[in-house]
Amino acid sequence: MGEEDVAIVGVGMSKFGELWEKNLLDFTLEAGMLAIFDSGVRGADIDAAIVGNMSAGRFTGQEHLGAFAADMGGLGNIPSYSVEAACASGGAAVRHAYMAIKSGEHDVMLVLGCEKMSDVSQTEAMNTMSVASDWEWEGMFGATFPALYAFIARRHMMEYGTTEEHLALPTVKNHKNAAGNPWAQFQRPVRKEVVMGSGMLADPIRVLHSSPISDGAAGLVMCSAEKAKEFTDTPVYIRSSEQGSDTLALHDRRDICTMDSVVTSVNSSLKEADLAITDMDVFELHDSFTISEITLMEDIGLCEKGKGGKMLEEGLTEIGAKFPVNTSGGLKARGHPIGATGVAQIVELALQLRGDAEKRQVEGAEKGMAVNIGGTGATSIVHILGR
Amino acid sequence: MAEKGVAQVWRKIRAIYNIQGKHCKTCDTYYFPPRPVCPECRRKGELVDYKFKGLGEIHSFAIVRQAPETFKRQMPYVVAQVKLDEGARLTAQIVNCDPESVHIGMRVRACFRKITEYGQGGIIVYGYKFEPTMRVTGHE
Repeated sequence: MGEEDVAIVGVGMSKFGELWEKNLLDFTLEAGMLAIFDSGVRGADIDAAIVGNMSAGRFTGQEHLGAFAADMGGLGNIPSYSVEAACASGGAAVRHAYMAIKSGEHDVMLVLGCEKMSDVSQTEAMNTMSVASDWEWEGMFGATFPALYAFIARRHMMEYGTTEEHLALPTVKNHKNAAGNPWAQFQRPVRKEVVMGSGMLADPIRVLHSSPISDGAAGLVMCSAEKAKEFTDTPVYIRSSEQGSDTLALHDRRDICTMDSVVTSVNSSLKEADLAITDMDVFELHDSFTISEITLMEDIGLCEKGKGGKMLEEGLTEIGAKFPVNTSGGLKARGHPIGATGVAQIVELALQLRGDAEKRQVEGAEKGMAVNIGGTGATSIVHILGR
Repeated sequence: MAEKGVAQVWRKIRAIYNIQGKHCKTCDTYYFPPRPVCPECRRKGELVDYKFKGLGEIHSFAIVRQAPETFKRQMPYVVAQVKLDEGARLTAQIVNCDPESVHIGMRVRACFRKITEYGQGGIIVYGYKFEPTMRVTGHE
């Protein structure tokens, strides 16, 4: 077992979806307060806050979210700042809090992840998401985000025989899981035929292969492992936190079907925690598009390269099977408010390990892994959690 | 917005008009888009400008059916990763062909086209797109 230095003592979520009646800070503070109430920590115990957010400046016109959150949340004069790593901004916030607490600089931290995407037109939202890829050399030349994932999907289909049916399976599974998640954007199942017949965004990527445009926030209260028992009987420990990078542009990758950032950060996280991938009981993998759930299953070592589709077909990643993936509904069905996603993944794992995941509970889950990626895999942030 | 500045386009026109990238003389690797540092050799690298021949093949592609405003008139259009003969890959639109005829491995050559324009009265960005090579050109 790896050392236990840092614990999660409280979790909170806002509803994910199109939250027309709420501002970015409204639902962000809601998630934060729920996390604080869940933790048993008093506001005065919190000595720093961090916000994971990709692009509030473009989505809402407001930056400087650290100070904004501390102000509106009534947290006083504590240090508070935001971090950005595209779609991995939430994971980056968790990792920064982990490092700050592990270093001894801070004792109890509030970690928030948030994004408000529905206040701009769909075109503007697409443009903003495109800046997570290499805008000058991909986006400007007409490669939308779905198009970049289409490059991966088409190459994967050619090299490994992955089929259109395979591309539909993560959606079907994740919607089924989200039906048991009260915070999810889409709490209803969807049939494979419907996914396979949904509109094309960028062949072969369809609307129902893609995570939606969402508003939402997630929050955590984290503290040192030795302090955790003061606040809760059910702390969840961060066994390892690792991060890796790869080329910003997909065209510069060694192999577009493999995210080397994920391979290296997963390997180092397993080494750090002294665990094997098969020791994990539950996974949250970054399914911004269904093809990425497939390639991530391969890159983390759940199966050989090219066998992800087959593993889904065999149902091995369903709740109740050996390696449940995206019990929350994943990005596809829980929703993908960009900066919130990495934190929401950790909320889900903490609930699973505490035994509080209700209808979607994985029986006896003791260890879990979250993989949060930015762009088309230029950033990968991996956390392993244990009871 | 910052990404719509005249100078931002002007300062990279050699790269986007002529497909000018870099060649590292130390490890003999070709880079496009141009890089400030050879990631293989770092301080031992020696990067010099290199104008690519503009020939290559399709590595992967998508047919885009939902796009930002500036590309809406062209939908559906093909965008691809093109593997240049020198080894580097780039992202570009594929034109002058039926989208359904495009396939991985297809030989293509660069052509000079309008890429986008920055709103009404804004500057027009020109650069590379790719089209199928034809046997008569001797490029097949």
